[in-house]
Amino acid sequence: MNGFVNVFGLILNGMLISTPPLLLAALGSVFSEKSGVVNIGIEGMMTIGAYVGAVGAYFTHNGWVGFLLGGIAGMIFGLLHAFACVTCGADQTIAGTAINFIGPGLALFLCKSMFDNSSDTPSLPTEYKLPKLFNGVFKSGSFGYNVLGTYSAVWLSFILVAVIWFVFYKTRFGMRLRAAGEHPEACETLGVNVFKVRYACVLLSGFLAGLGGAFVTLATVSQFRPTVIVGQGFIAIAAVIFGKFTPQGAFLGCLLFGLCNGLKSVLSAMGSSVSPNILSMIPYVVTILVLILFVGSGRVPAANGKPYIKSK
Amino acid sequence: MKSKTSIWDGNFIYVIIAIVVGFLVGAILLVSAGIDPGLTYSTLFQGVFSEPKYIVYSFVYAAPYIMTGLSVAFSFKTGVFNIGAEGQFVVGSLAAVLVGIFGNMPPVIHAIVCFIAAAAAGAAWGAIVGLMKIKRGINEVLSYIMFNWIAYYLSNYVVMHSGVKAKSIEATKDIKDSASTVIQGLIPATGCPKVNSGFFIATIAAIVLWFVIKKTTFGYQLRAVGLSKTASEYGGISSSKIFMVSMALSGMLAGIGGAIQTLGMAGRISQFSGQESFGFDGITVALIGGTNPIGCIFAGLFYGAMKYGGNKLTLVNAPKEIVNIIMGTIIFFIAISLLLKRIIKGVQQKKLDKAKELTAAKEA
Amino acid sequence: MKKDSNADMSVEAIRMKGIVKRFGNFTANDHINLTVHKGEVHAILGENGAGKSTLMNVLYGIYQPNEGSIEIDGKPVKINGPEEAIKLGIGMVHQHFMLIQPFTVTENIILGSEPRKGLVVDKASAREKIMELSERYGLKVDPDAKVEDISVGMQQRVEILKVLYRGARHLILDEPTSSLTPQEITELMEIIKNLTKDGKSVILITHKLKEITEAADFCTIIRQGKYIDTVEVDQVDENRLAEMMVGRNVEFKVDKKEQAPGEVVLDVENLRAKDYRGVDILNGLNLKVHKGEIVGLAGVDGNGQSELVEILTGLMKAESGKITVEGKDIFNKKPKEIFDDGVSSIPEDRQKHGLVMDFTVAENMILQNYDKPQFSKHGILNRSAISKFTNQLIDKFDIRPRGCENRLARQLSGGNQQKVIIAREVTNDKELLIAMNPTRGLDVGAIEFVHKYLVEQRNKGRAVLLVSFELDEIMSLSDRIDVIFDGKIEGSVKGSEADEKQLGIMMAGGKIDEK
Repeated sequence: MNGFVNVFGLILNGMLISTPPLLLAALGSVFSEKSGVVNIGIEGMMTIGAYVGAVGAYFTHNGWVGFLLGGIAGMIFGLLHAFACVTCGADQTIAGTAINFIGPGLALFLCKSMFDNSSDTPSLPTEYKLPKLFNGVFKSGSFGYNVLGTYSAVWLSFILVAVIWFVFYKTRFGMRLRAAGEHPEACETLGVNVFKVRYACVLLSGFLAGLGGAFVTLATVSQFRPTVIVGQGFIAIAAVIFGKFTPQGAFLGCLLFGLCNGLKSVLSAMGSSVSPNILSMIPYVVTILVLILFVGSGRVPAANGKPYIKSK
Repeated sequence: MKSKTSIWDGNFIYVIIAIVVGFLVGAILLVSAGIDPGLTYSTLFQGVFSEPKYIVYSFVYAAPYIMTGLSVAFSFKTGVFNIGAEGQFVVGSLAAVLVGIFGNMPPVIHAIVCFIAAAAAGAAWGAIVGLMKIKRGINEVLSYIMFNWIAYYLSNYVVMHSGVKAKSIEATKDIKDSASTVIQGLIPATGCPKVNSGFFIATIAAIVLWFVIKKTTFGYQLRAVGLSKTASEYGGISSSKIFMVSMALSGMLAGIGGAIQTLGMAGRISQFSGQESFGFDGITVALIGGTNPIGCIFAGLFYGAMKYGGNKLTLVNAPKEIVNIIMGTIIFFIAISLLLKRIIKGVQQKKLDKAKELTAAKEA
Repeated sequence: MKKDSNADMSVEAIRMKGIVKRFGNFTANDHINLTVHKGEVHAILGENGAGKSTLMNVLYGIYQPNEGSIEIDGKPVKINGPEEAIKLGIGMVHQHFMLIQPFTVTENIILGSEPRKGLVVDKASAREKIMELSERYGLKVDPDAKVEDISVGMQQRVEILKVLYRGARHLILDEPTSSLTPQEITELMEIIKNLTKDGKSVILITHKLKEITEAADFCTIIRQGKYIDTVEVDQVDENRLAEMMVGRNVEFKVDKKEQAPGEVVLDVENLRAKDYRGVDILNGLNLKVHKGEIVGLAGVDGNGQSELVEILTGLMKAESGKITVEGKDIFNKKPKEIFDDGVSSIPEDRQKHGLVMDFTVAENMILQNYDKPQFSKHGILNRSAISKFTNQLIDKFDIRPRGCENRLARQLSGGNQQKVIIAREVTNDKELLIAMNPTRGLDVGAIEFVHKYLVEQRNKGRAVLLVSFELDEIMSLSDRIDVIFDGKIEGSVKGSEADEKQLGIMMAGGKIDEK
């Protein structure tokens, strides 16, 4: 019985660790997409966030500061994306693709020029990483240690889901951003500044994606490496589509993904006879199956991806 | 109204501007990192042009990128964003390698069968996503991303499978010589051990594609669906059929790209530690090439050369990632060229207005 | 001045003087003047493209004028954007509704000036205020319904409430009746009365003369961007107004000789269908169209016309029933098969269905025929044949600009886009031609053009089904008028004997059994 609880705890632990980066990035993506800007550059924003997060913590000796700096780095790339998509009316897919080149490229470039041509940043000691909760309260390996004692940023990201849901459906900003993604012309006739709303949303999306990236380097692992993000940004986007462009839906998508990941790592740790490569496929196959069997198509915001150019 | 077409109306000039800006931004970054941009760029260009063998190599490097570029560009024609070229490329390589290892056929025929297997695998990978889109309305971007990862782990699984895996390395056995597309006779002439037929295949593919899109009724249907699904349906073109066919064909192109790379370069597949990104880079090639098949040849060459030359930057201690930053900046400026176009048009319009006012004033 | 006018001629509400607005080389407004008083209904009359909307967009702050001045309530102002216009008490109801489909009525109304309680949008108090306004002016709405689920009439009331909610004292109504039933139009006129009684001034943009004589106190006429005149409405008649609008004498009657209809071409029996939400939309519809006749299908938007046309052209599937064209069964067949069986159509939405907007004119000309031997062999397009064909049609149908063969459809004016479609469909010369709202958004010249070709098809012995929300159009063209209501044919009258009032009653579902 105890063994079962512990295994369950390990699975949850795996889920709790692998969900937040996706979730933070997905929440960012929801902001952007819902306001009418397709943001395929989430991946690049996460990568720069991961790098700056690691470096920030390395130099300031503080995980939280690094975390925040990672977010800000993502936000700067958000600004770039917003400039292209909102101000210039650029093709949003093209702009996002550019971000996906510049983000990782710049991260590695900076890493190599700062750390003697190494593509990894120096490993962070535990005290520079993001803190865990209830240090020393639970016995190492116990259910409580694995689940409750995980990184506080994990719970922070879960709380953010509620906060963002509130912002989306209860506040003025939320109402306006949803309107901007549906019918920008209507917003403009009512004096709602679509430019400002979209800028705010794309910046927020960059910030959250940056936080997601920083979580990886400051919690999941303890340094920046070229492969820390690879693909997670795209999975976050997938989670958003899966969740029909709502924060709560994206949360569900990310949890499903995280759960499959947790299951996978526990199975392979327990020496399962199934090939680790097959186990690694689980999250993707499950997503596809869930989509085919239960979810089907979602409604994309009506003005999503369409540049809005104000006539003068 | 007279309409003179100036160079500012087309897209070509903006691609050139973007390339210049890309290198400028790269230079600024290099300087701020304390690296001599002159030295870096000259290394980059020497790495491509200084010896005939390097130039040949750039062509060899370009071939798979041209193929994935074509794949993405082709999908854009029907309004689909094939972000799944990555996975299609991987299953294509895998199919080609498996047939290459286990098939027993005379040379040339063996290679052709490998290509057919790769094309079929890529097409199937694309078609599944198409089927999900049409039958269940599932957003293709989502399923493409999932299928990229499934392909990735599938490939790793097969590579590590006993019977496929080579003895001492984490890679497959080598393909038989009969399946290789390396052109043996050319090696002494070019001094380049991996010259293969990839570039010719890619060029032919591009020309065929251009013809199909521009000149055939099938191309007409493709473009109609891509530009207006509703009007096509009204005109009697079944958009779901077109989506299916085009997504499968797009997958096929990426799959062939995979075969070009594996049959002509390593002759085997190694276990991946991260996505190799041939498919994602295809997006870039398609965009720089203006989603035009012929444009993709040149964009692929440019990209291949940059990648190839970039590998030599370690010689001068410059991070090769500068190439990615330059490429990203180029794409970014292509993206915002719309603004540039508007500004230039605005200036021209103002000039015209002024000229008109002047003549009006003279007449008065 | 009209007897029941609420205008207070001593108080100027809006004065626009010498407004000039240029777009590049094109002058959309050339020194236009407009004065509106408190409580006055002021119509602005002009053809499509005359510059009415531009003028109103200047007043609403969307465009900045190149020259001229604006005074609101006697004070000179510069209006830099809709926000400022709203602050000055100006409210605009757009012709194309500016509504957010998945939002509720309340959310749509308050968007942009949401009341708040702390951080939260206070929907309860907003709802109360909306109910109060709706009662005061007789604007019935369901505040909690989603906009995508409500009728066109209610959507318009939502639009009016939107501006009233912002405290507008000067209302601009841009073509407000274009998709309303005669009854809804009457209601709207009543609402306008209520508004002016309350001291609000109303600018009514329209090209419908009857509405002007009915509702407006004054009328300003604009032609090709130029100010023509401002007249007191009860001093002129409709003919005079029309003349001023078009700049020449207009013949409203279409030339059409009597001819006896031939055998049945289109035969629809007991057709039933559900719309995309699964709601019954066609409920046992019967319809016949004969050779050599134009059958006009009159009715209010949303009674199943769009679905009927989509089913007849193969874009949508029906549940049950029978449809034949010259005896050939076309029930639930594919668009291509139906086309080959003898049905061509001028679709309702030319930009969505009629044309691939980013195709060239030539490519659009062969939309259904690209695979016919005339235009392609072995799957390869014959460019020179296509080009020759296109140029013939450009000449014959006077599509402008000349030599537009390789221009994108998008670059043509609305009227010329419609000409491309008419040219293509008339040249297809099928047994049955279906036209849905073929003149929507066109100017008088283009309307005459479209009507001419519809009648020509009829005179050639083809069957024509004309579906239109414009009763005038139906009445002037049809040999027989069927009225559709709630997915069924409510009644049928001979074109020459039709009477607007009677049709109006049938369109609203009222039977006229006695008489």
